[in-house]
Amino acid sequence: MSTDQTSTIQISQSAHQGGQAGKPSETREHWYLEPDGALRARVSNLKFWYADGTQAIDDVSMPLVDKKVTALIGPSGCGKSTFLRCFNRMHDLYQGVKYSGSINLLPEDENLIDLDANIVRMRVGMVFQKPNPFPKSIYENVIAGLKIRGIRKREVLDEIVETSLRQAALWDEVKDRLHQPALSMSGGQQQRLCIARALAVKPEILLLDEPTSALDPIATAKVEDLINELSGNVTVLIVTHNMQQAARISNYTAYMYLGKLIEYNDTNDLFQRPKCQRTEDYITGRFG
Amino acid sequence: MNTMSTNIQSGIDYASISRKNRSWDIIFASLGIVVLFIAISTLLALFLDLAIRGAPQWTNPDFYTSFPSRKPLEAGILSAWVGTIMVMLVTAIVAVPLGVAAGLYMEEYADKNWFTDVIEINVSNLAGVPSIVYGLLALGLFVQTFGMGETVLVAGLVLALMILPIVIVSTRESIRAIPIELREAAYGLGANQWQTMAMYMLPAAKPGIITGAIVGLSRAIGETAPIITIGALSYIAFLPPSPIGGDFPFISFEWLNSGFTVMPIQMFGWVSRPQADFQITAAAAGAVLIVMTLAMNGLAIYIRYRARKS
Amino acid sequence: MRPESSGVQVSAHFLRKRETVNQIAKYVLMAAAAISVLVTVGIVYVLVSEAVVFFEEVSVWEFISGTSWTPLFAVPTFGILPLLSGTIVVSGIALGVSIPLGLTLAVYLSEYAPDKVRETVKPILELLEGVPTVVYGYFALFLVTPLLQIVFPDLPGFNMLAPGLVMGIMILPYTTSLSEDAMRAVPNSIREGAYALGYSRFHTAVKVVIPAAISGITAAFILAMSRAVGETMVVAIAAGQMANFTFNPMEGAATITAFIVQVSMGDVSHGSVAYMSIFAAGLVLFLLTLTFNLIGFFLRKRYRQAY
Repeated sequence: MSTDQTSTIQISQSAHQGGQAGKPSETREHWYLEPDGALRARVSNLKFWYADGTQAIDDVSMPLVDKKVTALIGPSGCGKSTFLRCFNRMHDLYQGVKYSGSINLLPEDENLIDLDANIVRMRVGMVFQKPNPFPKSIYENVIAGLKIRGIRKREVLDEIVETSLRQAALWDEVKDRLHQPALSMSGGQQQRLCIARALAVKPEILLLDEPTSALDPIATAKVEDLINELSGNVTVLIVTHNMQQAARISNYTAYMYLGKLIEYNDTNDLFQRPKCQRTEDYITGRFG
Repeated sequence: MNTMSTNIQSGIDYASISRKNRSWDIIFASLGIVVLFIAISTLLALFLDLAIRGAPQWTNPDFYTSFPSRKPLEAGILSAWVGTIMVMLVTAIVAVPLGVAAGLYMEEYADKNWFTDVIEINVSNLAGVPSIVYGLLALGLFVQTFGMGETVLVAGLVLALMILPIVIVSTRESIRAIPIELREAAYGLGANQWQTMAMYMLPAAKPGIITGAIVGLSRAIGETAPIITIGALSYIAFLPPSPIGGDFPFISFEWLNSGFTVMPIQMFGWVSRPQADFQITAAAAGAVLIVMTLAMNGLAIYIRYRARKS
Repeated sequence: MRPESSGVQVSAHFLRKRETVNQIAKYVLMAAAAISVLVTVGIVYVLVSEAVVFFEEVSVWEFISGTSWTPLFAVPTFGILPLLSGTIVVSGIALGVSIPLGLTLAVYLSEYAPDKVRETVKPILELLEGVPTVVYGYFALFLVTPLLQIVFPDLPGFNMLAPGLVMGIMILPYTTSLSEDAMRAVPNSIREGAYALGYSRFHTAVKVVIPAAISGITAAFILAMSRAVGETMVVAIAAGQMANFTFNPMEGAATITAFIVQVSMGDVSHGSVAYMSIFAAGLVLFLLTLTFNLIGFFLRKRYRQAY
């Protein structure tokens, strides 16, 4: 909140100085929008260290708006994937990592850093850079998360398979070969299957870690359409190295640099009227 | 500048260097092939020698259905191959679950602490402990201290302990060979360690684990030294009691406490006999033994090859 | 509370059960791993406790310095040196065969052979490794020794040369695959650096790859040594069972392992000094191989960390 106030002051200052309202200020280090609408999570002062002691996330605070798509952008190595993987505690698979600060799931207001990692992953789904379906049938892949949760009723499973595959815009392509191996599908289909697999358990947040980086342009377009469809139904946090993609599919965008959050803003505003000089340098290609 | 570089370059006879290099390459590649040839011809000579010398015996069906005998050409391997199968059964039942479990623990559950380091060094050392030392362990512990005698059970146990490191190492390697994406996918869905392992890792590692188990068993099937140490005899003219049949519940465990002999012991017994005719019998037993182990190794190689292809 | 789009109902009972299963699995698996440690403990316990009884009868000094080993004679002597000399000669011959051949083959497979050749050769080597040692013993006694006798007519039927040579071939797959692993662990960037300087394949292998892989190759040799020292059946069959303090490979001599086999085959009464002597000999064998295995372990660990 306080940052928001300072930024307001800075805006008025820059307006006084140059009379060029809307131009980013050279001096403004950060700018965070306080969005309207219900929140699904709030990150406060999150810091993260890898086992070798390198700090990858430095004091990031950010809201996550419910049922909207939020994109994370920034040059490679800026910590955006690391940040994303904090949301379902993927880092805990490797020994020696350390968190501080909080990611509070709303409306329960539970800090997921303090919860059991397996339970967090039940609530927060994830889709990875490379499609990683299990070496089983398409059907088995979609119900994998349900089996892990002890749900085995055939009718329930059948129904969820259909709705999830429809949601992932894959149903028409695979409905006749649900019991064929998932690895026989194309890369783009595999990635949409992974999205269906994550959606099948109705996650509170869906994390997408550069989901199109391994795909060709046509498959990428299909996945992007799918993400646009999800907006309004599912809370999505997506890392992308592709700024155009962020602009096309997200409602909100966060720009990270060197482990810090530089700017969090409405996507249109961030790309058209960035509030920070560093954001503008990045999106106009002067840097990164 | 220009002249200097020309001077350096002009001192070199490229054609001769490249000729020399190429001849070194040819020499070395042919050396490799020669060594390979030595290895393969040893294998062939060994097998043909046994097969040809043992031909009068192994081509005779009676050889497989007769007990050993004082007369070399009437001696058979009935008690030996039956004993081998029974001992292998015990070995497999003990070594495979134990080795797979230990391997899974080391790859998935073990934290980084001193206990894990101890297990790691321990397994690597056990893999290099001579087989005869396992025999001394069995002699001192099972036979002497526990008073178990020279039984199928003791033989199966000692061979199980001996191949345990092979099963552990192959389990670990097959788990490690699974792409990290599969693990992350399972954990990413909220699976806990056990679910990840039982539902996804183990099925993916199965071909590798089976291959390792077969290689281990083929090592056990040909192993002689530890079984000699516990005092197994080569002259056994009876079969252990059958595990199936008899009275209700039709399963009996008496065979575990029976005396026995196995193929390599039988062969060793015949090798050390002075009569020349026993060499024929020994060769025939060797031929059968080598076919058994080569078949198992071949099967293991085939399973791995097929798993790699798919 | 939660917005309706989120969350599949998961029963708390299921989660509890799942965690219980996980914990049980963890401890069961841990017990299995602990059993592997117990095996080592058992080996050390058996060898040491029996050897202690042995050394109450026989002085340690006589054991390590005596040059005569005749536990089964009316007047027994217990000097381990003859068994050690036999072990050293046979393993020496085996390593003399196995190291140059194994290294050549490893360089060929790792630096020269096309993938197809490597894919065919490695299974063949595995088959060679799968041949039972008793068969190799037969081979040494009944084929290699007679062949050697054509060249050396004075060669006795039991000698250390034939089993040494056969053992060299026998451990060839082991030496080869360990050295090849070490060489393949050298990153390609190092090879490319050498090629970029105009090195030939041969020079790259000899001057760049082998030096870079040297700790792994050393580990391979040490582990091969451990294997040779502990090998039993080939020597028990083809080298004779008479302890003989000699370094002449043309003579027959018992090794530590062959002696243990000899006593086990005989009718030595349990509890006699001769019987106890196999544990003392076994302890020496175990300590030798343990030393080699540990050196090998740490050398291998080092090269794995380096790359």
